[in-house]
Amino acid sequence: MELISCNNVSFSYENTSVIKDLSFSVNSGDYLCIVGENGSGKSTLIKGLLGLKNSSSGEIKRGSELKSNEIGYLPQQTPAQKDFPASVFEVVLSGRLNSRGIRPFYTKNDKKIAEENIKRLGIEHLQKRSYRELSGGQQQRVLLARALCASKKLLLLDEPVTGLDPIVTEEMYRLIDELNKQEKITIIMVSHDIVSSVKYATHILHLNHKESFFGTTEDYINSPVGKYFFDESKK
Amino acid sequence: MFNAIIEMFSYQFLVRAIVGGLLVSLCAALLGVSLVLKRYSMIGDGLSHVGFGALAIATAANVAPLEFAIPIVVVAAFLLLRISENSKIKGDAAIAIISTAALATGIMVASMSTGLNTDINSYLFGSILSMSAEDVWLCIILSVIVLCLFVIFYNKIFAVTFDENFAKATGTKAGVYNMIIALLTALTIVVGMKMMGSLLISSLIIFPAITSMRVCKRFKTVMITSAIVSVVCFFVGIVISYMYSTPTGASIVIVNLGALILFSLAGFVMRQVSARRLKT
Repeated sequence: MELISCNNVSFSYENTSVIKDLSFSVNSGDYLCIVGENGSGKSTLIKGLLGLKNSSSGEIKRGSELKSNEIGYLPQQTPAQKDFPASVFEVVLSGRLNSRGIRPFYTKNDKKIAEENIKRLGIEHLQKRSYRELSGGQQQRVLLARALCASKKLLLLDEPVTGLDPIVTEEMYRLIDELNKQEKITIIMVSHDIVSSVKYATHILHLNHKESFFGTTEDYINSPVGKYFFDESKK
Repeated sequence: MFNAIIEMFSYQFLVRAIVGGLLVSLCAALLGVSLVLKRYSMIGDGLSHVGFGALAIATAANVAPLEFAIPIVVVAAFLLLRISENSKIKGDAAIAIISTAALATGIMVASMSTGLNTDINSYLFGSILSMSAEDVWLCIILSVIVLCLFVIFYNKIFAVTFDENFAKATGTKAGVYNMIIALLTALTIVVGMKMMGSLLISSLIIFPAITSMRVCKRFKTVMITSAIVSVVCFFVGIVISYMYSTPTGASIVIVNLGALILFSLAGFVMRQVSARRLKT
């Protein structure tokens, strides 16, 4: 099943185009990594997929079973968040907001779902702690639990391992991989880490001003652009 | 002190002022938490200056001051919000420009018409005597509206405050809730200005939030604590102002400052204790 597809999509900021004629599609169960240099338009593309930014041409199509409020999103952290006084439970529960519509208060069911996701990510012991007291890796898990509260179909992750140490980074990748394999959640992840992208993803989208690559991970490794980047980053 | 409080309640105008003031400080404290966390504290300050300009013009033109000031400050609130969101003009500089310009306009208009009379003076520094019965009613009605909207939108305000991008991405209209926060802030500021003065009203918004964040770790407890801190500080301030005949607005700000220092110390001690417990 096709969840999201882009046909000849272009994005531009004030007449400078960032992404030009990009086409790709994501099927249910895929694990797509979006890689590319700084300024190649990764963040712009994520905004486009989330509907926060309109494309200047082309169209982004959502599959019929993916409603606009069924995307889980793990954004990059803002400086204001790092010292935000909120408990872990409050943060995770706020992921249920999109299913509330205009109804103002959370139900027991919302709280149950929040608790399940907290358990799923192994942070029950932190549930009552304050978000600002947690380590970077723990904060990312909290935000991932919140994203899971918003959707069980598609997760969009924007550089989820930025600032984490190697051990926590590996744990995070494994966790995301589990969500993809065991719970069949489709993953779209922006990453700087080509080696891990190739290790876990089923598909790669390499953004480049001149020529972008989209295809399965195997094809990517054998493509000229993939070969070049993969070898460079292993050095 | 107890006798002084009983004595205060025998004056009808004081009772009115206290009721109105308590409600305004409650609203300001609740909104303040969101504004401070969103790094929008300066908006409150900017709006109060715009409010002063509007009140001065209203006095000069001889129209009802609050009815004139409310729409102007609401428009200014939306404008300031837009400026903070668009990074082309740096938000803090733009707010400073708007607030000083409004203040200057107000003083110019006032000096050309009636001069800096007591009315204008009380708008700048606040005066409890300036609260008429109608003002207090307006205060009560607006505060109830602010409180109701706040309770209804509490969860959405949390989501938009904590992470606007996530809220937007998952289908919450963050812009609408930002506007609601700005609207409520504008109403609170205009209503509270007469008592606190436009130079001091933003303290009601900023102090309680900062104070409660020294100690509290959850959003809900931050909200509740800052509401309590704000109400208590207002009451203590007004009693001090009555007993020692000090200016009302300034007394309340000084009490708030005291509370902030106290809470900072408490927070420091709590962190030390929990750090020691972790070590052993």
